[in-house]
Amino acid sequence: MSHAQDLPGWAALATAALVLLGAALTLIGAIGTLRLRSFFERIHAPTLGTSWGTGAILLASIICFSALGSRPAVQEILIGVFISVTTPVTLMLLARAAIYRDRTEGKGEVPPRAAPRRPD
Amino acid sequence: MSRVLPYPLLTAALLLMWLLLTSFSPGQLILGAVVAMGASRAMASLQPDKPRLRRWQIIPRLLGIVTLDILRSNIAVAGVILRGGGRDRRPGFVAIPLELRDRTGLAVLACIVTSTPGTAWVEHAPDTGVLLIHVLDLVDEAEWVSLIKHRYERLLMEIFE
Repeated sequence: MSHAQDLPGWAALATAALVLLGAALTLIGAIGTLRLRSFFERIHAPTLGTSWGTGAILLASIICFSALGSRPAVQEILIGVFISVTTPVTLMLLARAAIYRDRTEGKGEVPPRAAPRRPD
Repeated sequence: MSRVLPYPLLTAALLLMWLLLTSFSPGQLILGAVVAMGASRAMASLQPDKPRLRRWQIIPRLLGIVTLDILRSNIAVAGVILRGGGRDRRPGFVAIPLELRDRTGLAVLACIVTSTPGTAWVEHAPDTGVLLIHVLDLVDEAEWVSLIKHRYERLLMEIFE
């Protein structure tokens, strides 16, 4: 960062805190992917990185480059939109493959193919 | 007009995105316009339903609710992982009978459910409308059903149906 000295103090603090928060959330998500027990528990962990893990880092980027006044912060919003729109595609693909596997093998606690049920 | 530009809004959005991602110049404008028109022609051959927004005024409210919910469940799931997987935690599936039928609305609901750590969209049966989600920390099944139905589905139905 060649312009770091031009950054006002409050912006530098906010940027640093948000980058750390985003990186920490992504790391916790990665640890969770390793440590949780079943497949369906593990697919929850990476979403930490794709939701506020990404969000915090993007917010930091918006604050940093807005404070430097070098460019409007629209690219970050685009990145956020792309990530939240594309994550479900991969996750649903993986989840459906897993649920198909579990149903054919007849193990796990996967419920049978949805029969209408009205709890209310 | 509709033959040349089947989705004018989509074409405009793609062109705008192209110009935001590259730096603005007349060359990029022409290239972006060609790409945007080609992409929207390709989209037309897929023949998607045209989504219609009935009440777009609610969208900011939905966005706010979702952002806060995602933040809360980020903290909750991070806590579960840091506590070592949580021995007393009970993960499980929840079946939710949905009334929402609009495809765009369902797609948005899928984005919300998937982006929220702690809930994962597993399966949706279009014939019965039953949605199966997996919840990392399942305390009360009925609570999750009412959360999805009252918090998100009601707003989405107001927006899209």
